[in-house]
Amino acid sequence: MVSERSEGGEAVIKATEMDPKFKYEISKIPGAEKIMLCFQCGTCTADCPIARFSDAYRPRRILRMVQLGLKSRVLSSDVLWLCAACFTCVDRCPQDVEIAGVLRTLRNLAVKEGFMPAVYRELATSVLETGLAYKIPASRLRKRVEAGLPPLPKADVKSINKLAEVTGFSKIIQARRT
Amino acid sequence: MAELRYLLFLGCAIPYRVSAYEISTRKVAKKIGIELIEMPEYNCCGLPMEPISYDIMLALAARNLCIAEQQGLNMMALCPGCAGTLHKVNKILKEDKKLRDAVNRYLKEVGLEFKGTIEVKHFIRVLADDVGFERIKGTIERPLSALKVAEHNGCHVLRPAKYIGFDDPENPVMLKRLIEITGAKCLDYMDETECCGAPIVGVNEKIPLQLARNKLSHIRDVGAQAMITICPFCHMMFDVNQPRIERMFDEAFGLSVLHYPQLLGLAMGFSPAELGFDELRVDTSKLLSAIT
Repeated sequence: MVSERSEGGEAVIKATEMDPKFKYEISKIPGAEKIMLCFQCGTCTADCPIARFSDAYRPRRILRMVQLGLKSRVLSSDVLWLCAACFTCVDRCPQDVEIAGVLRTLRNLAVKEGFMPAVYRELATSVLETGLAYKIPASRLRKRVEAGLPPLPKADVKSINKLAEVTGFSKIIQARRT
Repeated sequence: MAELRYLLFLGCAIPYRVSAYEISTRKVAKKIGIELIEMPEYNCCGLPMEPISYDIMLALAARNLCIAEQQGLNMMALCPGCAGTLHKVNKILKEDKKLRDAVNRYLKEVGLEFKGTIEVKHFIRVLADDVGFERIKGTIERPLSALKVAEHNGCHVLRPAKYIGFDDPENPVMLKRLIEITGAKCLDYMDETECCGAPIVGVNEKIPLQLARNKLSHIRDVGAQAMITICPFCHMMFDVNQPRIERMFDEAFGLSVLHYPQLLGLAMGFSPAELGFDELRVDTSKLLSAIT
């Protein structure tokens, strides 16, 4: 379970800890193009249903950390994984920053650095093995027949694994957590 | 009227553990005259993989879209996560040539090409846009005028507005109108459009259960006899997890949570058994005795 503790590291930020080019790197990735337009109004955090019940998840804070270049603090932070992708912030951001897109971008980068909650590895393994994110139990398949529902189609696992290979996804999933 | 034929996209969560939604949808669709074709060799819509890799999400979604293109049919999805993802990817691939070329390079490896010839809609969007309220009204045989219910839309049917473009995400009315066709009254309540929290259950359970509890309290407070959902994940949060929420907060709700087609199906005259009521966790006997 991902805790609600704040992003790690010391409270005092050293200038050498900042990567001044991080924001430019991020802004080239689809969904995060407008990261520099965030002027910290706080609409995202104020309207975030998760932030209402969490002491740690603050989308505005995450965006500021990206702008400041606190790359390793952001990417190793547990709070990245608390966005529920409800997209309320995307619809209400006055700067059209697509905050959930920035969060997705940060998660994708975090995964490359070896940070991924266990649940996502389980879902990914299921997709690669069965085509679906959940392995449908045999009891459910029997129940489908009893309820008169048509059988589920066979998945084209070969094609899915080919797509996983060419997108670099297989490599990410095979990599051990560092 | 346009032909009401769709490839049915079931996704993962519905065959995994939310059969009642599928059973009741098939019943009401048939009665309305919507023809549902089974989707061959489909895969995960891509959404659950988006946090890991945007590229695999695009590739998985696009592969499903290509299969629908080959069949020459529009898609109807029951899960808002699937519908939202497929709708969004379909839209951005149609509009963004650079991205489309990149995704088509992936798809070429599996003998496919995205052409952009079909549309994807969520079930309630099919009802609202393609079927129309009048036609649905014509199928009602037993108006549920004794019922007061509350709706929960589910985020991905409405947001992000710039990709989805359906209803008003700040003040949605389509599901309410579809509910009121059954004769039931749909009540307003506080934080109606707020998320159920389900997407983060796998990493943190405390926050989503608090969110769900908040919504259940607001719905109880306005006096609704049932909650109506259109998403398998929202349904699990409010129905399957309701006993846990009650224990966690030492609070009783006993609020029946129906999939919208179950409510519509009752109004069409189907029996609870025909609509998969036996799968619901929270007891519905009180609700059902109110309408018989």
